[in-house]
Amino acid sequence: MEALLFNVDSGFLEAIVRGYKAGILSQSHYANLTQCESLEDFRTQLSATDYGNFLANEPLPLSTSTIADRATGILVDQFNYIRTNAVAPLSKFLEYITYGYMIDNVVLLITGTLHERDTHELLERCHPLGVFDTMPALCVATNVEELYQSVLVETPLAPYFRDCLSASDLDDLNIEIIRNTVYKAYLEDFHHFCSSLGSPTSDVMQRLLSFEADRRTVNITINSFGTELSKEQRAKLFPAIGRLFPEGNNQLAKADDIDQVRVVCENISEYRSFFDGASSSANGESHGTMSQLEDRFFNMEVHLNKQSFLQQFQYGVFYSYMKLKEQEIRNLTWIAECIAQDAKDRIQDFIPIF
Amino acid sequence: MSGSGARENIFATRMALTNTKLRLKGAQTGHSLLAKKRDALTTRFRAILRKVDEAKRKMGRVMQLASFSMAEVTYATGDISYLVQEQAKQATFRVKTKQENVSGVVLPAFEVDRVPGSDFNLTGLGRGGQQVLKAKETYAKAIETLVELASLQTAFTILDEVIRATNRRVNAIEHVVMPRLENTIKYIMSELDEMDREEFFRLKKVQGKKKRDTAARQLEEAAKGAPDEEAIFTADDSAATDLLSSKDDDVIF
Repeated sequence: MEALLFNVDSGFLEAIVRGYKAGILSQSHYANLTQCESLEDFRTQLSATDYGNFLANEPLPLSTSTIADRATGILVDQFNYIRTNAVAPLSKFLEYITYGYMIDNVVLLITGTLHERDTHELLERCHPLGVFDTMPALCVATNVEELYQSVLVETPLAPYFRDCLSASDLDDLNIEIIRNTVYKAYLEDFHHFCSSLGSPTSDVMQRLLSFEADRRTVNITINSFGTELSKEQRAKLFPAIGRLFPEGNNQLAKADDIDQVRVVCENISEYRSFFDGASSSANGESHGTMSQLEDRFFNMEVHLNKQSFLQQFQYGVFYSYMKLKEQEIRNLTWIAECIAQDAKDRIQDFIPIF
Repeated sequence: MSGSGARENIFATRMALTNTKLRLKGAQTGHSLLAKKRDALTTRFRAILRKVDEAKRKMGRVMQLASFSMAEVTYATGDISYLVQEQAKQATFRVKTKQENVSGVVLPAFEVDRVPGSDFNLTGLGRGGQQVLKAKETYAKAIETLVELASLQTAFTILDEVIRATNRRVNAIEHVVMPRLENTIKYIMSELDEMDREEFFRLKKVQGKKKRDTAARQLEEAAKGAPDEEAIFTADDSAATDLLSSKDDDVIF
């Protein structure tokens, strides 16, 4: 049925997104980009792609952050175009995508406010996708209660923040915990929303969000080793969705070292390969395997997002396009960084998409 | 002889001679000591120079690594600079100074003092925390290299200055002070010799006068007894030959 009526509302936008997707850099583009000797070459190579001459007006000593900023700008424009043309429930779905960025922005503003920074400087640093009207007002808050009562209650993030009101004072440790608690709530809510949309959107998004949740769970576990984060607090940060939930999450909450994390992940066949190199995890090597793990997560994410394009008449493509594009921007930044720092041996460490 | 070269303006006396000789001796000892100090400093200086060279090369590599690990962080988590800036509350990396003594020169040496801090170890909790930690470690190492380089560089400049000063002193003693003292000694010696000769001549003169007077007196006495023209003449003659012809051992010329 949804195949019959999908195109009435969202067919145009899906076509647009699939068109955008065709513009994602391919293997041969990357091959050309990695051959560049300087960032000027890099710009010339990029102008032959869908990016066009997006760097044309930049003053000549190009910095990698400018490249990243401009590329993000293009992505934001594309997203806003889609968003303005969307009708419910796709518009709601797209809003959900922006919530992730909004959370980051809110946390950034809170951190800045705690240290009494200039609001304008903070607002410049916010991610353009996560901007909302009442954002500047966040700077008045000094504790979570006040923050919630005065500002956040008006925003769509309000239900997420409700859970962490118990953390009454805002110090730096709490902020990072708040960020992760809120993010967990957001993932769960997004998951819930997607299941309400019915298949095939729910199927596709379930896969993506489960992976995202698992990735967070594993990362939080590993990153909290040797920090002040207690195991109970850690357990509270794990999203209650994903393939590791619930037994895996419980075990991870109790894990003390990387080997236990591996044992938990062994249970999921897709995740088994992540820890291949980590078997000999002497302390010295664990840094190496951890950064490999991050790369493998990225790889898996790209793989899953690519898969969602195989199915038509669903909203997952919008989410996937955003994620793939983000990965592409990361790739570009990485290559640009490698060129700028003359580290050609690591230049191949990006994750090709198509 | 004594007029050539600079000398000190003193009276030529035995006392002054002794003093000047003592001072010359002191200058020689000082010269050899300073020369030793200079050699020790130069050895140290060369060692430091080599270390500075090594450290500079190492710094290039380490800084590259560090900024690259920053790129890795950006790749994994995005821009975290702001969060880290805000969350860093106390310095976990401090620099202490201590003093080192190399042949009387005080060189400051910087030491790294790391406080295991946990300021932003929750940064990137959801993503990229490992990269953040790695970048933190790499940068800490880079700063260690910088601190090492800084203490070497400071020692380098200070030693350079001190070596210059010491060199100047050694040269001054060798080429100005010592020749002047030597000249002074020569001058005093020659003056003293001159005075000796004058004294001798004066004594001779006095002796001659005395002999002449005695002869005159004898003549007078003889004349009282038997005034003889001949006797006076012979006596006078013998006195004259006595003074001029007889060679005195003391007189060299």
